[in-house]
Order: sequence, then structure tokens, then C-alpha cells
Amino acid sequence: MLCVAIPAGFLAVFFLYPVGSILVRGIGVGGLERLAGLPGRASFRGVVWFTLWQAVASTALAVLVAWPGAHLLARRRFRGRAVLRAAATVPFVLPTVVVGGAFLALFERIGLSDGPLRLTRTVGAILAAHVFFNVAIVLRTVGTFWEGLDSRPEEQARVLGATPWQAFRWVTLPRLWPAVAAAASIVFLFCFTSFGVILILGGPTRATLETEVWRHAVFRGDLASATALAVVQLVAVTAMVVVANRMQRRRAVGQRPVRRVLPRAGGRLLAGNLGLLALVLGLPIAVLVERSLASGRGADAAWSMRNYAALADRVDLLPISALGALRNSLLFAVVATGLAVLVGGLASVVVVHGRRTTSRLFDLGLMLPLGASAVTVGFGMLIALDEPPLDLRSSRWLVPVAHALIGVPFVMRTVVPTLRSIDHRLREAAAVLGASPARVRRDVDLPIAARALAVGGAFSFAVSLGEFGATSFLPRHPDRLTAPLALFRLLGTPGEALRGQAMALAVVLMVLTAASVLAIEGWGRRGAVRGDL
Amino acid sequence: MTLRVDGLSVAFDGVPVLDGVDLEVAEGEVLVLLGPSGCGKSTLLRAIAGLERPSAGRILWRGHDLTDVATHERGFGLMFQDHALFPHRDVSGNVEFGLRVAGMPADQRVQRVARALEMVGLAGFGRRRVDTLSGGEAQRVALARSVAAGPRLLMLDEPFGSLDRVLRERLTADLGVLLRRLGQAVVHVTHDHDEAFALADRIAVLGDGRIDRIGAPAEVWADPGSVHAAECLGHENLVVLDGSGSCPLGRLGDGPGTVLVRSDRLTVHVVPVDGDPVAEVLGTSIRGGRAVVDLDVAGLWIRAWSDGSQIVGDQVGVSVADGGVVPLAR
Repeated sequence: MLCVAIPAGFLAVFFLYPVGSILVRGIGVGGLERLAGLPGRASFRGVVWFTLWQAVASTALAVLVAWPGAHLLARRRFRGRAVLRAAATVPFVLPTVVVGGAFLALFERIGLSDGPLRLTRTVGAILAAHVFFNVAIVLRTVGTFWEGLDSRPEEQARVLGATPWQAFRWVTLPRLWPAVAAAASIVFLFCFTSFGVILILGGPTRATLETEVWRHAVFRGDLASATALAVVQLVAVTAMVVVANRMQRRRAVGQRPVRRVLPRAGGRLLAGNLGLLALVLGLPIAVLVERSLASGRGADAAWSMRNYAALADRVDLLPISALGALRNSLLFAVVATGLAVLVGGLASVVVVHGRRTTSRLFDLGLMLPLGASAVTVGFGMLIALDEPPLDLRSSRWLVPVAHALIGVPFVMRTVVPTLRSIDHRLREAAAVLGASPARVRRDVDLPIAARALAVGGAFSFAVSLGEFGATSFLPRHPDRLTAPLALFRLLGTPGEALRGQAMALAVVLMVLTAASVLAIEGWGRRGAVRGDL
Repeated sequence: MTLRVDGLSVAFDGVPVLDGVDLEVAEGEVLVLLGPSGCGKSTLLRAIAGLERPSAGRILWRGHDLTDVATHERGFGLMFQDHALFPHRDVSGNVEFGLRVAGMPADQRVQRVARALEMVGLAGFGRRRVDTLSGGEAQRVALARSVAAGPRLLMLDEPFGSLDRVLRERLTADLGVLLRRLGQAVVHVTHDHDEAFALADRIAVLGDGRIDRIGAPAEVWADPGSVHAAECLGHENLVVLDGSGSCPLGRLGDGPGTVLVRSDRLTVHVVPVDGDPVAEVLGTSIRGGRAVVDLDVAGLWIRAWSDGSQIVGDQVGVSVADGGVVPLAR
């Protein structure tokens, strides 16, 4: 009972009610006319068109760049395979503002921030950052699926005279397709709802639905227009989540891992692959770190920790020091993780063991925040929870609650497959030995799912630390500024000293998020955590 | 009777798996349920354990109706086919599970676990992780786990199903000794007739969701009653008779039907006797330490016990001794 009530209540109050408010206002008095008028506006059509095509292009590029790596992970054995697999997860959890900062630094460093080859404030920059983020998703989704794919059909095809390419084209690819489609649908969703990257790298002329909602709501205070845009965004995203969910389901069919010894990777293949990944994933990070350590310019240039030391200083731009913002972020992340693990854990039990309809509803409902874009979550809370009956405007817990909402799907994505993988006879054996249903949950399900809970928790911790979209709508209280927001403000302001501080703050945020995920990744891999993001 | 199953039916998605099973198990009796895979034997055990909901019928323990009692309150033990050991607990943690759930204090648990492990020949295995056990060891841990909890009825679902033949035979012998020592009501499920004969006080042959034949092993063997039961029990010579009750071996009945010709009651003559049917030796082998020959009698394939002197291709005579023909119902 509690299993159903807590997640359902959480979802209803902090997601459905806010989203419902967007819808009610968007379709309510005068809203419908405004919605109907949108397609007639050239600016709106431009925004929609740009949102769509940048997402399509980003997805295609991410799949292309990740493809060789997925093959390498799935079909070849080499030293450092586990490390590569773990490292490839990192970009995915890095805060968008950190990645934005890293690409800004990269373009400045290699002289592409100005002049005829300028990348800053172009689509190219946006696409590059999207590839950086999403390569990991493709690599893991497709790579893991590919690894589990029985290779005997290909061998059979080769014996029957097919060339390697023919065997791939006619035997491997058709079977791989569901995983590619699943990965692509998720990447598309993320790029469609991309927010921080577009704000930082796209500049004022590149606007997507997400950034437009923010610009109207926060900058112009034009809630009516923001609502109309949010409704469009919401409808599009819901449709995509449903489609993505369907693809995920299809992917789950017929997977039976086959254990065998893989051939060693050839030196050139390995070098080529790692080179590509290092270029796409490693270079921006390397430059970011280098910039954070550099201070002075020209003859005074030197390596120092000065930028890091400066994080403790108050700058005029920010109401509190960067260090203070980091402290806020850590506190919020701890609370958000606790909430996400509690709600996500209970919801997973319902999804796996609940009645059919309840299970389906929970599966879809609690996954929605993952797709439904941070901006929708933030904007919904902004307009719904700042007036009676629920006035949480000044509550310090609003930010962690928003973060938890986004973290819940991550917990569920690791816990649900683990719970599903528990042989039902274990529970039956426990019941026959006299354990009541509650006891079975405690003594069988919980210990087996503990690792998965920890992995999901680590992900929601990392996500909370770096959350930017939803948070950018929320804290009105200057003392509760979070680190990503502070970083965004620092990045948006010119000036050598501030840029150095921004880089240092970005590195700290990056290290914290990456470490939390990597630590748990190493631990989780030893056990039987089956979930994959 | 301790356990009584009364008109039990179970259906999956409307398809009946068990269809009115009646069964009784006495105190201290080992009842073996024998049947081919998919005949519903496991379902019957699971229904008795409360893991499947019957669509009709009742399950009684000493006259008390247990049909609506939850699994964990029935106090029965069920050992699963693939053991279903808890992977997150070591051997002791598995064996003590039932005692822990029952709230037994730790010091007593330790003793009981040690005794149970000793009984199955695994003394000192307590701290081992279950994924380091061999198949036979895992099987014995599962047995110890079921026995340690002190169930009033012990049910074993194909406990040797996943093991190789040699190990299976040794463990069957061990289990036989153990079950005698426990002296409690046991329902054992298997598809292996050798295992059934080795363990059973009574054998129940299950077919088409019903009890086809039930009785003491010798009785059931001598008179299986039906074609299905004869096949399950390992009888080989099921001979179809024509309208006049004849087959290549001669006239074995009064009309059409199927009879069982017992291979131990067939006599093979090196020199065909006048009037006896003549057969060609198709093959020779040794089954259970005894020489047997496979014969072709004018197109009818039968197996007979022999003295081992025949070779493939020999022409021999064959005759049926008294009591060698057992009529079967279809």
C-alpha cells in the first residue's frame, strides 16, 4: 500500500500537478487562441524547425561517432576494456554547464572563438557538445546489446560464403536494429530537450523550445507565452517518451547473454577507436582542466591553483561565493538522492510486482520526468507551487524535490531490471520456508537489489549536482544559489579572472559528478547490476 | 491420512493442467509422483505448497482445510528443481533461513544448521558462497535448507534433474537412506522410473492432469493398468493387437487393444521351436546389468531378456511364458 502511495503522491504533487497547471493555463482562458496563433508566427516556426533539425543531426552524429567504439566493446577483447566502458559513462553525467564551459574553453584555446572559422555561438558548437554527451548512451546501449548477441549466426553466414560486410549487413545489423533505435530515440529526446548547452554555446540567436520557454518566463516575465510554448514542448516530449518506451520494450525481448572468449583487438583498430573517442570526449575535458590551472596572459602566463583558491572569494556577480554555491549543491544532492532512492525503490517494486495496470502506469509515469525536460519540471513548479494551496516558493526543499524527480527514473532504470532478474523461485523458496511477503521483500529482494539502488542513487546524486534546467527556474533566494547556476553566470560574463574561476568551478563540479558515478560503477560491476541507462 | 488432496484442479489461462487430482499421503510415507515432463507434477507440488491457486478442489492437512492458507503459513517444505539457493547468502545463511524467519534464537540456529549440514554430508561448508558449490553440493544444501526448517511435509521437485547420471544414482541412494531416517511424509516428483522405484513406498503415475495409477511399486510395475502408466514405469514392449487379438507373437488377447508383454517373461530359443514365431536379432545390449536383445518379429519390435549369447543377425525363436501378457486400458 505504502509502496504505491508514496511514489504516486510524490509524482502527483511535484510533477502531475505542476504539469497539469501548465496545461490548464495553456488551454484555459485565452490560452487556446494563443496556442492556435503560434504556428502563424515565423519566429515560432523557426524555433520548432531548429529544435527538430539540431536534434536529428545530433542523434545521427552521436550514433556515427559511437559506432566503432560499440563494436570494439562488444566484439573485441583488449586491456582497459572495463576502464573504457566506465569512462564512457562519465560524459553522460557531466553537468551541461560544465560541458558548455569546456567547449567554450576548447574553442578559445584552438582559436575558433572568433574569425572566419568561429565555432562559438554556432550550430557546430551545439552539435559537438551533443555528440560529447550522447556518445556514451549509444556506446552503452548498443555495445551491451551487441555483446549479448549470439555471434553464431554471423559465423554461420560467413561459412555460407558471406563477406564480413554482407554478414554484418544481413545478419548483425537487423538484429542490432532495436538497440540502435532505442539508443537513437533516447538521444533524440535528450537533444530535443537540451537546454544548458544551447544557452551557453548557441548564443542569443539559437533558440529551441526549451530555451524559449525560459527566456519568456524568466527574462521577460511573459508567463502566457512561456506557457503556450511549454504546452507544445510537453505534447511533443510525451509522444516521444511513449515511442522511446516502446522501443525499449522491444529491445528487452530475446536477450540471452552468451559467454565466450572474444578475439583480441588489433593494434590499429584499437588505436583508431581510442583516438577518436579521446578526440571527441577527452579533448574538451583536457582543455578545461588546462584552462583552470592557467592564470595570467602573455609573459605572465603561469600554472597555478590561483583560480581554485579564488572560488572561496565573493565576486560582485554572485550573491555568495562559488564555494558556498558548491556547498548548497552538495547538500541539495544528498537530500535529492535520499528522496530519489526512496521513491524510485518503492516505485520499482510496484512496477515489478504490482498489478498489471498499476505497474504500467508507474513505469510510464515515473519515467516521464526523464524525458519531460527539466524546463517543464522547473517551469511547472514555478507556476504551480507558488500560490495556495501549495506555496513552496520560499521552501528550501523545492530544489532537491525537483532534482529527486529527475533522479527517480535513474534509480528505477537500474533497480527494475535487477528486481526482474531475481528468479521468482527464490521468493517462492523463501515463502515455503515460512517468510511472509514483507519478509521476502526484506530478506530476498532488498539485499539483491542493494547494489542497483546504490548505482541508481549515485546517478541521481550526479544528476542533482549538475542540474541546471529545472533549477534555473526555481531558487529565488540568493543564498541558495547552486553551483551550476553560479557557473552559468560566471561563463556568461567576460573577463579573464572570472573565466579562470569559472573553469576551476567547472573542474570541481566535473570531478565530483564523475567520481560519484565511477566509484559506484567499479563497485556495482562486481555484483550483478543489470540495468543500463 | 496426513495429507489429503481432494479433487484438485489447476488451470493456466483457462487451460487445465490438473484436472481433479485425488491423493493421500500417510504419516512417514514416501509417495513418488511419476510422469513425463509437462504432465503437471510440479504444478501439483506447487499447489500443495500454496504457490499455485487451485481452480477447484481442496488441500487438507489432518482434516484441516489449507486451501486458503498462505504459503508461508503452511509449514511445508519444498525443494526446487534448480535448488533456488539465495545467491546473496552463504551456505549457512541459506540453511538457516526458515529457522530465522520462524524467530529461532541465533545459538539454537547454529546447532540446527550444523546438524542439517552434517546430515547431508556437508559439515564445515557453512561459510562457503553458494556460487562456488558443485551441482551435487548445491542440491544437498537445498535439501538441508528444506529439512532444517522441520517441515511437516517435505516435497522434492525433481531434485536430481540437473545432475549427471552417476551422481544422480549415488544421491538417490543417499536420499533414500535420509528419508527413511527422517521418517516423515514426503512427496517426491520425478520423471525417472528408476528413481521412483528406488525411493517410493507408493508410486502415483500422473497423466493428463489426473492420477493414472497409484499403488506399491511392485504392484504398479506388475500391472500398470494403462498404456501411459506402462510407458512412464519403463515398460518397453507395448504391443498392439488386431481385431482378433493377434499380433506376430501369436494370439495374445480376445480382441483389439494394447497389451504389455513383459520382457522378463519372453524366452529366446537359439534354435526356433516348431510353431514358435521366428525373430531376427536387431541388436544386443546390457540394461541395468542384464543382457537384453532387441528382436524383429515379422515387423514387430520387442525387447527380451537373454543369456547374452546372441549376435546381431541371428534367427531365433521367441515364446511368451505364463503371466507374460498384461492387458492395458487405452
